[in-house]
Parts: sequence; C-alpha cells; structure tokens
Amino acid sequence: MNLQQVFMYSVGASLILGFLSLTVLFLTWLERKFLARLQMRMGPMRVGPYGTLQPLADAVKLIFKEDILPSWADRKVYWLAPLAVFVPTFLVWVTIPFARDLVLANLELGLFYVTAVSVLSILGLVMAGWGSANKWAILGGLRAAGQLVSYEIPLIMAILGVAMLTQSLNIIEVVDGQTRVANFIIQPLGFFIFFTAGLAELGRTPFDIHHAESEVVGGPFVEYSGAHWAVFYLAEYINTFTIAILTALLFLGGWRWPDMPLDGLSHSALSVAWLLLKAYLVVILIFWIRGTYPRLRIDQLMAFSWKVLVPLSFANIVLTGVVLYYDWHWSLLTVASLILMAGFFLSLTFYSGTAAERMTVSVHPARPEAISRRKMDL
Amino acid sequence: MTIDQSPNSMDIMVNMGPQHPSTHGVFRLVIWIDGERIVRAEPHIGYLHRGSEKLSEGESYNQVITLFDRLDYVANLNCELAFCIAVEKLMAIEVPERSHYIRVILSELNRIASHMLFYGVYGLDVGAMTPILYGFRERERIQELFESVTGARMMHHYFWIGGVKEDLPDDFERRMKVLLPTLKQGIDECDRLLSDSELFLARTKGIGTITAEDAIDFGVTGPSLRATGVLEDVRISEPYSIYDRFDYGIPVGTNGDCWDRYYVRLEEMRQSIRIIEQAMEQMMPGETMAKLRRITRPPKGESYVRTESPRGDFAVFVVSDGTEHPYRVKVRTPSFANLQALQHLLRDAYVADAVVILGSIDIVLGEVDR
Repeated sequence: MNLQQVFMYSVGASLILGFLSLTVLFLTWLERKFLARLQMRMGPMRVGPYGTLQPLADAVKLIFKEDILPSWADRKVYWLAPLAVFVPTFLVWVTIPFARDLVLANLELGLFYVTAVSVLSILGLVMAGWGSANKWAILGGLRAAGQLVSYEIPLIMAILGVAMLTQSLNIIEVVDGQTRVANFIIQPLGFFIFFTAGLAELGRTPFDIHHAESEVVGGPFVEYSGAHWAVFYLAEYINTFTIAILTALLFLGGWRWPDMPLDGLSHSALSVAWLLLKAYLVVILIFWIRGTYPRLRIDQLMAFSWKVLVPLSFANIVLTGVVLYYDWHWSLLTVASLILMAGFFLSLTFYSGTAAERMTVSVHPARPEAISRRKMDL
Repeated sequence: MTIDQSPNSMDIMVNMGPQHPSTHGVFRLVIWIDGERIVRAEPHIGYLHRGSEKLSEGESYNQVITLFDRLDYVANLNCELAFCIAVEKLMAIEVPERSHYIRVILSELNRIASHMLFYGVYGLDVGAMTPILYGFRERERIQELFESVTGARMMHHYFWIGGVKEDLPDDFERRMKVLLPTLKQGIDECDRLLSDSELFLARTKGIGTITAEDAIDFGVTGPSLRATGVLEDVRISEPYSIYDRFDYGIPVGTNGDCWDRYYVRLEEMRQSIRIIEQAMEQMMPGETMAKLRRITRPPKGESYVRTESPRGDFAVFVVSDGTEHPYRVKVRTPSFANLQALQHLLRDAYVADAVVILGSIDIVLGEVDR
C-alpha cells in the first residue's frame, strides 16, 4: 500500500464517519418528530426551526455531562465497552456502497464481511453489562447476547438467499443483479426474515428486551453517562441506518431498481439520492413499528427465532436453490414464498390467540336479579 | 399460598424499586432470580407512609377530606366520597338530591380518569410507548372539566360533609355534551390501539392467573377480583349514594389473568359513561348543601362505609367521641389488599412478567402506604 492509497483511505474513512455522525443527528431528530406525530405531540420545537438543532443541543449536553464510574465497576472493561460496540458498527460501512463507483473498498466477500463484523458488537454489550457491576446491566447484557446470537442465524440465512440469487457476495454485484426485478419481489419471504431479524439485531421494538426501560431499566447502559453513553447511542443509530441501507441494497434494489437512465456524475448523484430515499423509508418503517407495538418476552422472542424464523429461512434457501437448479422462472419463487408467508401468518394468528380468545370479559347488568345470582355463585 | 422455594446461593437477588421505573411509585420488590425466572419475591412497602390516619385525628372533619384527597392520588374524588358518606352516616344527614348526582357524576368521571392512567401506564409496562399519550389525552379532558368545577386538577376538596362545596358551573352541561361522546370515541380508540395487538395478547394472556377462591382469600377486590369471574361490586352489593337508580353493567372476566384485569377496566370505563349519561338526565336543579352547623361535631359513635373506588373496595371506618376531631379514622384501601396477592401471582413468572403483573393489579402507592 503506497502513501497515496493510505491518504485516500483516511480521507474516505473520515468522510464516512462525518456522514454517519450527521446521519445520526438527523435520525434522532427524525425519530423524535415522527414518534411525536404518531402520538399527537409536536416533538422538539424550541431549538432551531422545528427543533432541527435539538440533536446538536443534546450532543453538547451529553459531552459536558460527568462521566460516572461506579465504584465496583471493572474499570478496563467498563471503559472499553463503548468502543467495542462502536468500532464494529462503523467498520461495516467500509464496504457499503452508495453508488456504482462510490464505495471505500469494494470487497469481493462484502456480504460475508458485513455479517462477520457486525456480530462483534454483541461483545461490547456483554462487556458493558459485566463491567458496570450492576445486576440490571448484567441481566440486560446477557439478554442481548442471547437475543443477538439467535437472530444472527436467520439474518445470515436471508442474506445467503440473496447471495444465491446473484451468485456473488459482492454488494455492488448484488445491486446490479436487481436491475430488472428487485429482490423483495422475488423473495418476499427473505425480505420479511431479513427485516424482522434485523429489527432484533438492532434491539428495536418489539425486540428491545435488552435495554427495556420498564424491565431491566436501561440494560447494559444503566450506569453509563455523558460521552460514553453517547457513544452507545451513536452506535445504536448507526446500526439502525446500517440495517435500513442493507435492506435497501439487498432487497429494494439499491440504486438500480427501477433502472437509472443517466450516466456519469449525474448517475452517481441520483443513485445516492435514490438509495438514501429507500433507506429512509425503511428507517421510518422501523420508527413506526416502535411507536405501535409492545415488546415480546424473552422466551417468546427466542421461540420466535428458533421455531419460526430459522425454519422459514432454511425453507427460503431450499426454495431458492430448487428454483435456481431447475432454472425455473423467478415468479415461481415469489408465489412459493408468498404461500409460505401466508401459511406462517395464519398459523401465527391461530397460535397467539384469535378474536374469540379476547372475548373473556362479559358485562352483567347491575340489577337486583344480578345481585341474587352473585350470592348463589359465592 | 406463598412461594415455598427458598433461594439458593446461585440465584441473584435484585431490588426492583424503589427507584425502578415501572414499580408505579416508590414500591420495592425484592426478587431472587434464576436466569430470567423469579424464584422468590418479597414486596416491601412503606416508602410513602405519611401517617394519614393518625394525622386525621388532629384535624377537624372538614380538614380530613384534604388528607383523603392524597390517599389515592389518581382517584381523589372517590376517596373524598367515601369519607363524606361515612361521616354523613354517623351524623344521619340527608344529603340534597342534586349533590348526590354531582358526586356520582364526578366520581365516575374520576374512575374513567384513573383507568385511563392505568391504560397508559400498562402500555408502558408491556413496552408500548404510545398508549400512555392516548390515555393521558382522555385523562386531560376530564381533568380540565374538574378544574372548571372544583378549581383544582387533583386535590379538589370539593365533596363536603353534607353535600358539595358549590354548585356546578353554568357551562357544565354544555361541556359534558362535548366531553362524553369524545370520551366514548377515545376509549374505543385506546381499545383498538392496544387490545388488537397480537403481541399485547401474547404478553398478557394467561400471565399472573389467580382463581376466584384465592382472590377472595387474599382480600382482592375491584376489577382484579371481577377479572376472576366473581360478580362483586360494592355499587350493587351494598349500594351507597344513589347507585341503585342507574342501569349499567358490571364487566366480569373468566380467567383472572392480566388480560382479564386489563379488559375489565377498559369495559368499566364504558359502563361509567352509561352511569354519567343517566345521571345527567336525572339531575334536577336544587340545593347542593345540607343545612348544617358551622363546625361538624358528630355524635358519639362509629360508622363503616364501603365504596367502590377504581381499585376496589375502599372502606372508611370513623369513630367519633363527640368532639370536632375524629377519634379514629381507619381506611381499608383496595391497593393494599390487592397487593397481598402479588407473591402468589408472581410464582414462576419471568422478570418481564413481574412488571406486567404488578401493572395489572394497578396499585397506587399513596393508598398502599397511606
């Protein structure tokens, strides 16, 4: 590697870091505003027009806050944990392309790299839980470990399905493969699995058990404050954006679907805009789910992964393999996936309770005859 | 009845509260957990003890009402009502018709407000962040009405011994005409938001089950008892005030799990609106305060009155020695009694369930600790 390359990579890396930081600032504002609109509130309004400067104010506040070290904390682990969470989330972005020729390092094993690196941040959560010497933090850290490891499997399997379709692990080639039809049309099942498992990887509602406010208080982050807490926060939002942009790249056709007419620089600019638009749509979907659903319990969450998502993801791979082997038309895969999904949703509603099960409460008239019946009952 | 498994050295003891975000106040639950399962649970109360009962002995009867306001601080008027009725029974006062109706209307509104708070906080307990804002929207509408009637949002001191402090404001009927349909709509909206969610059903169905016999043995009352299938409501079993004049329904569950306790409350709000509508129709203009001497001085004796507060059987026992101060005031608070069943409900629960179960019995710490 010569000096010029080193220079180019450093500039690229700092550009990505800057872009991600700005994205996080914007995402926090977007989330607060979007949730506020769902909840009949205004959201931040005071700092800047429509509260646009609120993220900056928050950042400044967080930096100036005191960093507290619990007296029983495992000092080294405690301080290293935020980095262990942040570095992998940032490293993933090395190979994520924004346009056909706008990527820091176009790795041939890009998808493999993404899954391998993103899994590392689990370590940071467990470290934070252990280092804090707080029982809620340990509980949260272990919950995170269990949850993230189990959802890693369906996530990787869904990515594998995409890789099979394109016969490549290179993300740019995956996007190029979607010129005619986007993957979410070919593999609706894979899209569903990837998005659901992605939500669980992020620890977002309905899978936010590891930092559930009402249960384990703040999970691994209970004891953190100030800048170190902000690093966790940063990593969490970068992760959200990573999953969103991966969904856009792998399933929504990235910048290719529908195909871009232009060429040259305008093509790149349009590509970036198109990709970001798709990614932000996914982000808003994630926020929407957060504003709507309650969270699952840990056993239900594990059961959902091992009993539902993992078998479904294997079925997805087998289906894809069969269709590819016999060289059938892709629409067959769509139909088969949709049938599987319909069956899955039907069984889910059947399993988790039907409308009849909700009707356990009956209203009795408050009349003298009702009172005498009560006496008989007792 | 209690959990007989003793914790072994591998179990972790965790303090849930008094600073835990979902213990609904300053309640401390010590739990021993084996992984995610609760092996043993031990509730500790008393962090909000203010000695209301003892304080009452030094106040005049009208001042005691202000202490009752602070017992169940989300259903203040229901507490005031109980004390007023107890003293009125002691003094054998005939309360004017109109003030009866005012009391019933406001108490039922307060019941809705209290259940709306439950609804919102329960949403938070289960992990949904939106219900609380919808619940508070409806609660806020009721609080605004209270403000116009009593002058205060929470600590009203509006029910006096012998009637109510003053007549309703002129625009009360107009306000109610707007409020009731909005509330109905709001309740339906809240119902759809949480009850239709499969995840919510999965979190509450079959969790924290208690049988009717056990519930009665523990002294559980109110919605939590009705959820087990027992048709017991003080409003019909020992009608007080004018509750025997209305046609309404008592929601009763079947399984006694968290879902039933939740849905009984939701249905109760609809029934409260029915009561209010009928009361508004039947209410006539007239006196609102009985003719009484300036200083309340009940004759020697005692009285015990049960009322149905949003949480259950709220009973007041007043002993008078003939002076202007009560000799003894004892309150039987529903939250305190319902909390007794907590250990039983928590057996074999997950940590996450503990929060849901505690939320479903809807305690108010001001009332538990008094």
